[in-house]
Amino acid sequence: MTQPLLALSGLTKAYPGVVANKDVSFNILPGEVHALLGENGAGKSTLVKTIYGLVKPDSGTMLLNGAPFTPAEPRAARASGVAMVFQHFSLFDAMNVAENIALGMENPPPQREIAAQVRAVSDQYGLPLDPTRIVGELSAGERQRVEIIRCLLQDPKLLIMDEPTSVLTPQEVDILFKTLLKLSAEGTAILYISHKLEEIRALCENATVLRLGEVVGTCDPRTTSARDMAELMVGTALHVPERAARPAGDTILALKGLSAKAPHQFGTALRDITIDVQKGEVLGIGGVAGNGQDELVAALSGEMRTEAGMVNFGGESISHLGPNQRRKIGLLAAPEERMGHAAAPDMSLVENAVLTATTRKEFANKGFLNWRKARTFADDVITAFDVRTPGSNNAARSLSGGNLQKFVIGREIMQDPDVLVVNQPTWGVDASAAAAIRQALLDLAAKGAAVICISQDLDELMEISDRFAALNEGRLSDPRPAQGLSVEEIGLMLGGAHDMEVSHVDA
Amino acid sequence: MMDLSAINPILLLASLMVAATPIILAAVGELVVERAGVLNLGVEGMMITGAVCGFIMAVNSGSPLLGFIGAAIGGAVLSLLFGFLTQFLLANQVATGLALTLFGLGLSALMGQNYIGIKAPEFPDWHIPLLGDIPVIGPIVFQHDPMVYVGLAIVVAVWAFLKFSRAGLILRAVGENHEAAHALGYHVVRVRMLAIMFGGACAGLGGAYLSLVRVPQWTEGMTAGAGWIALAIVVFASWKPMRLLLGAYLFGGVTVLQLNLQAAGMAIPVEYLSMSPYLATIAVLVIMRSGRAPGSLGQSFHASR
Repeated sequence: MTQPLLALSGLTKAYPGVVANKDVSFNILPGEVHALLGENGAGKSTLVKTIYGLVKPDSGTMLLNGAPFTPAEPRAARASGVAMVFQHFSLFDAMNVAENIALGMENPPPQREIAAQVRAVSDQYGLPLDPTRIVGELSAGERQRVEIIRCLLQDPKLLIMDEPTSVLTPQEVDILFKTLLKLSAEGTAILYISHKLEEIRALCENATVLRLGEVVGTCDPRTTSARDMAELMVGTALHVPERAARPAGDTILALKGLSAKAPHQFGTALRDITIDVQKGEVLGIGGVAGNGQDELVAALSGEMRTEAGMVNFGGESISHLGPNQRRKIGLLAAPEERMGHAAAPDMSLVENAVLTATTRKEFANKGFLNWRKARTFADDVITAFDVRTPGSNNAARSLSGGNLQKFVIGREIMQDPDVLVVNQPTWGVDASAAAAIRQALLDLAAKGAAVICISQDLDELMEISDRFAALNEGRLSDPRPAQGLSVEEIGLMLGGAHDMEVSHVDA
Repeated sequence: MMDLSAINPILLLASLMVAATPIILAAVGELVVERAGVLNLGVEGMMITGAVCGFIMAVNSGSPLLGFIGAAIGGAVLSLLFGFLTQFLLANQVATGLALTLFGLGLSALMGQNYIGIKAPEFPDWHIPLLGDIPVIGPIVFQHDPMVYVGLAIVVAVWAFLKFSRAGLILRAVGENHEAAHALGYHVVRVRMLAIMFGGACAGLGGAYLSLVRVPQWTEGMTAGAGWIALAIVVFASWKPMRLLLGAYLFGGVTVLQLNLQAAGMAIPVEYLSMSPYLATIAVLVIMRSGRAPGSLGQSFHASR
């Protein structure tokens, strides 16, 4: 048997109140693609941060090529040949690609040389990238390329990838996988973190599953079914949302030639979006982040006003109405960013409930708030959506991402909307909470409301949508029935790999 | 009756460079601090502390040079207080900065009680050989005291540091996205503390320039808002050193011009003339502004998890 590249044994790390890693041991062989699986909060991030020198373990040892490995900081880890691509990219928007790459290197050569190296590596691995571009203007796929090339320039022995595909189109995922397999063939080991099981089955040779900080199993993903792996992760049988076939209802929301300028420098303009949304349907809108999702939500929720006649509700133009007036007639929205947009982090759940529900639920009387009514409503949301919190007086900030998301979505659903717009409803939410949220959206549609679900998770959209449309550079494709759409068709609707887009930029 | 012929354009331009120097010094320090992602509104307080420290040092030692060194140290020590509160205790930067200004004004008044009415030791102008003899340009540019050139040198050095050096790149990275910089293994707090101390030292130099060269004596509250103008110029210069120079010269220029106009007896109320430098500087820099603030400006950083 070959000597493992990296051997972890007995790693333990505790934070006040939580044990993030408990006695974690496993080996990574040279050149293997090793998957690290687990739900949110299973301790994956803490573990890779330990390997990368960002977190010091309380106990346990690591051996790199047989020698003790205790990186005091990321610098030391990089010097030993460990590189990492972060889940939330560690990039600097206002700087160019070459500067960003220099920041991730130990002894960077002058900028001009970096530019040349970037070009060389991007040719070699088929990752096109212009070193002089400003990172803030790049697509998510391109930004990830910056991170990967930054790692590759240091010739790593172990490349850690933390949920790399969550923001990529299927074609971009293909490009990424080809790169990773090529690296692995050249002898670089890859530690691949994801909760997308089909990807792991396609890519990885070995998998270690974490649950609540402990290793609960290992498997060969090529021969284990996705369902078995999911159940290993969750620890219980997984609930798959059900949906009933529904006849098409009347049109309730109609967008007619919706166009709007980009609201800020790094925003996207909306271009001529026309679509009818029917009662009782779930319209799924896919697309890579930054293609107009936030702007579309803003135009629908009323945060951004548009020209008269562009947004029509029940046959009347509501383009000029603000968010509260739209709430009043039954158009509700739950934006993507939980902290600070969908919820005020330092206010209690009751106060957060009042913020959006007071219009429809009439918590205010002559300007005075009826706190008892508001508290009852917040408690109802907490019970109905299984939000795990000690009580409705806790600050929104104190809830985990998944729990706050359940609260935010539940708060809108419990107001009985006629149209509900959600953006990334299950982003960063673990599998069982995500299933609960999707089921709630389907139940809402079954009651006759229209649901517009904007998401980057294609599996999610395929699971719940009746019709699917794609956003690309602020344009919305024609919607198509979701059932029977193939991955290739979806990829083409999303605009294909980002490099193919040059051809249809406006003249 | 107004007599414009009393205004000597060469003298006017020469005194412009002197008038702009305290602002340049304070502003370039604050620029570095803000590029590192810290908003220190205590510039005024650090300036006046530098002014009094420099004055005390210079009077007691008889050397203006030692005075400037004392001023830089005084400003840096005061900024350390700000750094400790905001970087380690995670106090709100805006509130702490405002408090620092009030504290600096009070502290300097206390320290300077026995120094009111004394004259600072002479700080002779440099008459740079050859260059200083050029007609017109010589008296305007090359016949000033050394601090004028030190200020210019610091601006150029900061520009080159930010643009070409690795340390400058790291400093900008920390200011742009402190989470990412931390994830890449850079010491956010250490970089920021160093930047804050540099800012304090520069503000101290700017203050001492007022008490040792421009006035030159100690009076309470003598900075009279120069620190606030320095802060404004950093923002309106879009955090770029060369634009900062332009803003400071513009401010200095209009200040000197309006003083001359007052002396020449222009038939406009003095109050309008006094406010003109502020209006002119802000108007021009607002029109020219471009670019955006460093991404993490003013946010506290804590390496949690």
